[in-house]
Amino acid sequence: MIITNAKYHKDVLTDNQNSVVNCTINGKVYSVPMVVGNTEYDEIQKQVAAGTLTIADAD
Amino acid sequence: MSKAAELAALIGSQTAQGNKNFVINGAMNVAQRSASVTGLGDGDEGYVTLDRIRHTAAASAGRFTSAQTAISDLPGFLNCLHLDCTTADTSIASSELLVLEHRMEGQNLQQLKKGTSSAERITVSFYMKTNKAFTFMCALNDYDNNRINTQQFTTTTDWTRHSITFVGDTTGALGDDSGNSLSVEFYLHAGATYTGGTYSANTWQSRQASDNMRAVGIGSFYDSTDNDIKLTGLQVEIGDVATAFEHEEISTTLLKCQRYYFRWTADSTYDSAISGFCLNSTQAFGVYNMPVRMRNSPTMGVGGNWNIFTNGEQAATGFSLNRSQHDTVMTYMTASSGMTAGSGCLMRTNNDDDAYFEFIAEL
Repeated sequence: MIITNAKYHKDVLTDNQNSVVNCTINGKVYSVPMVVGNTEYDEIQKQVAAGTLTIADAD
Repeated sequence: MSKAAELAALIGSQTAQGNKNFVINGAMNVAQRSASVTGLGDGDEGYVTLDRIRHTAAASAGRFTSAQTAISDLPGFLNCLHLDCTTADTSIASSELLVLEHRMEGQNLQQLKKGTSSAERITVSFYMKTNKAFTFMCALNDYDNNRINTQQFTTTTDWTRHSITFVGDTTGALGDDSGNSLSVEFYLHAGATYTGGTYSANTWQSRQASDNMRAVGIGSFYDSTDNDIKLTGLQVEIGDVATAFEHEEISTTLLKCQRYYFRWTADSTYDSAISGFCLNSTQAFGVYNMPVRMRNSPTMGVGGNWNIFTNGEQAATGFSLNRSQHDTVMTYMTASSGMTAGSGCLMRTNNDDDAYFEFIAEL
């Protein structure tokens, strides 16, 4: 999975905490919930831990 | 044996029951993403055409088209997965790989009793037709315990039903959860990393110790642009015989598929998809309820042109998830201006009958 342009999104309605990572996966834009077991989020966590992906802060 | 005893034995064997097939979309009737994708090859990994059929293509210069193709030469079946080699690769580097697989949740497999002394035999059956005879590998891959069992099979130029029975595995229980525990795999092309070991048919082995035996002795789908593979009627069931393929209504198959992937596609140029409200002049939120509870909180993808229909139409400048649950998602939409706090709104396609959004909770 090639993941780029990762950026957090905050849920301003609920708790103003990061809830989603918006990113490009294999050339397409996706919104990935920060939930363990979600295949894309698990991969994002792996790449962050490996130091190959950085997630930008939310606006 | 009396007829009554035969019936009792049949019921006891579980082969007479419905829902015997662990495979979803084995008749290849559902293709929510696309009916055909061309130019697939190195680095393409995931689900591209038929629901629940995962492709992994690595390191090769070979390219192929994956398609759901109508068939009329196999009674009882109307569709198949069709792979067509479009760029050949006869110089096979060690890490090259092409695999099809169907992944299954552990909580749906507990009746296999894997990892116990009474582990069940598993029979994989499928119809395959190719342009020439190939030897390929069929495998059961236990992701929870890194164990695998492989068996070669040889195709023909006619539809042939292959039936491959795997011994029960008394080692390694499958997780009772929604994770990817076991997959049925077809190795269609592989380099030495996967072919350099020793083939031991129908033997459960540790992948960590001998991962290079996964595709020993197989031919190569990429060896000519003449090559075609057609696959349908995929079934995985308990027991040591392949029973008749379990057909089901398309609505049943579609709902099963939508546990892992759901796609909404516009039917016309201005279709409303999600209702919500405006938080202020530039931000709006909406809610979408899934047709079936998904395996996990889904990822969302969006394509095409959208607007936010409220006090007039505002072109959407952003469309993403705000929060995701198994059966409901809250979406977040932005416009440059023009919305009124507290007003209702609709996310509507903007003169685009190809616009879509998709929710993904795949294994």
